[in-house]
Amino acid sequence: MSGPLLKVENLTKHYPLGSGIFKKSIPVIRAVDDVSFSVEAGETLCIVGESGCGKSTVARLLMRLVEPTGGRVLIDGTDIAGLKKDALHAWRRRMQMVFQDPYSSLNPRLAAGQIITEPVENFERLSRKQRQALAAELLRKVGMSPEMMHRLPSELSGGQRQRLGIARALALKPSLIIADEAVSALDVSVQAQILNLLLDLQQQMGIAFVFISHDLGVVEHIAHRVAVMYLGRIVELAPSEALFAKPVHPYTEALIAAAPVPDPTRVRLEAPVEGEVPSPINPPSGCAFHPRCPLAVERCRTTVPPLVPMADGRVVACHVRAPSAESPGRQDMAGSPQLAPVAGPHGSAL
Amino acid sequence: MIGGGLLALLIILALAAPLYAGDPVNMDPFKRLQPPSAEMWFGSDNLGRDVFARTIFGARISLVVGLLSAASAAVVGLLIGVIAGYSRSFDNIVMRVMDGLMSIPTFLLAIALISLTGPGIGILIVAIAIPETPAVTRLVRSVVLSVRERPYVEAALCGGARLPKVLWRHILPSTIPALMVQSATVCASAILTEAGLSFLGVGVPPEIPSWGNMISGSRLYLAIAPLTVFAPGICLAVTVLAVNLLGDGLRDLFDPRAKRRR
Repeated sequence: MSGPLLKVENLTKHYPLGSGIFKKSIPVIRAVDDVSFSVEAGETLCIVGESGCGKSTVARLLMRLVEPTGGRVLIDGTDIAGLKKDALHAWRRRMQMVFQDPYSSLNPRLAAGQIITEPVENFERLSRKQRQALAAELLRKVGMSPEMMHRLPSELSGGQRQRLGIARALALKPSLIIADEAVSALDVSVQAQILNLLLDLQQQMGIAFVFISHDLGVVEHIAHRVAVMYLGRIVELAPSEALFAKPVHPYTEALIAAAPVPDPTRVRLEAPVEGEVPSPINPPSGCAFHPRCPLAVERCRTTVPPLVPMADGRVVACHVRAPSAESPGRQDMAGSPQLAPVAGPHGSAL
Repeated sequence: MIGGGLLALLIILALAAPLYAGDPVNMDPFKRLQPPSAEMWFGSDNLGRDVFARTIFGARISLVVGLLSAASAAVVGLLIGVIAGYSRSFDNIVMRVMDGLMSIPTFLLAIALISLTGPGIGILIVAIAIPETPAVTRLVRSVVLSVRERPYVEAALCGGARLPKVLWRHILPSTIPALMVQSATVCASAILTEAGLSFLGVGVPPEIPSWGNMISGSRLYLAIAPLTVFAPGICLAVTVLAVNLLGDGLRDLFDPRAKRRR
């Protein structure tokens, strides 16, 4: 295997609003717009962003629960969008998902053992004995007692249920697990247990994670690299330490500044960004963040900033902080975007 | 569960009819319109037939037609509803057909069908089940539409389950409670429809005793021998009530909120 385990190229998902035979142009929700990233084997990539920014849609696109409007998802170099039924069935073994809600993601009518062994039974026949042995093994792996296999989900706590969800994802021994807000529905103490479980499993089995979250505390704890999304686009993708130490995109900066820190003596930045996330039905022209951005210049209103690689291995989409090579002069009416705005209210906070 | 008990009692009485009830078809011109006696508990009708025996044997027809029509409407409705809930193209076509069926009055459709083939119990069951199917289909489809979006169904797909297995294991079981309740309603209305059709003379063949044709045959003698009309009439009402009570009972059983209230 050469190259990354998972490679996402220009992934796009537009949801049309209503179907129109009679209407010429149907408005679309740009849930995911031109998203590209890759994940190496054994690596954890976190995708963060506010609610509605397209994080979960990315997860569903990766699992092919929804069909992309454009772009490609490559697993070991194979494009999963082109897979026919049988190939898709076989491919599911490689990639599994842990769902956000530990309550609704488990069938309330099935016992724990049945739930976690079902994926394996989709591929091979198991005798009663084999099934029980497998259920016991999987339960032990996620730190539960094998006696739990006869319980119904309603007889288990939230943390236990989420462990079941993880056990189910582990059943097929996948090389990649997509976790969509996998700990958001849990208490903080249980969150820590589940996160440590995921980290242990990653070390033991070399599983790669795509971890989707809005909780920066969680992300900082587990991520190797972090992708920040805003209105369906990645605005910054950086190694975790670099991102938290020195965010480059103004949105990342605001996001990190807004995250609570357990330190009462630390002075909070006042209102890092103002306003609401614009509607993805009619997103702002140019850089989608410009209406809320303290650094916005004329160019941000007209041109979508490309993702520009920086010296420390990150990519950033910002005309001001990460000017692209061909930016000066081209399409630029308001003068060159000097770094002067960086010294604004936010520059000092860095 | 009064309804269930009452219905079970009716079924046992109907099944055991030959053991204790007399001959329901034997005519005796010398014993026409007799009052109740030790020999004929409910008296006799205008052709001298034992009204008690006829009423008990009539229960067989009502129950068979009611239960079988409800069962066929439930099975067909379940199949079509599940597929319609999952396939958009099939949904568009089939649900329009169902809308069309719903717009035709039950009696009219049943009479039309029976007049094509002539009277018979089989065709009667089909004729009653067809107009009841759309309601079942709609119900099942709506349950499937809501369940298919549940995360555990998506989780099953992610785990590599193929569609038939997802339908069978994760979607079908959720439709059963609503289906059972609806089937009870269908059964009650099928029993009434059968009685109505038999009353009009297009239901079961006239030589077979049924509550509908008993009432129709005896209605002229209501003043002289009221039991000839009231016996089948009251049985009909009690049976329909029992089935409806059973439906209510099932609903309470399956609805966790109703259970908690008690």
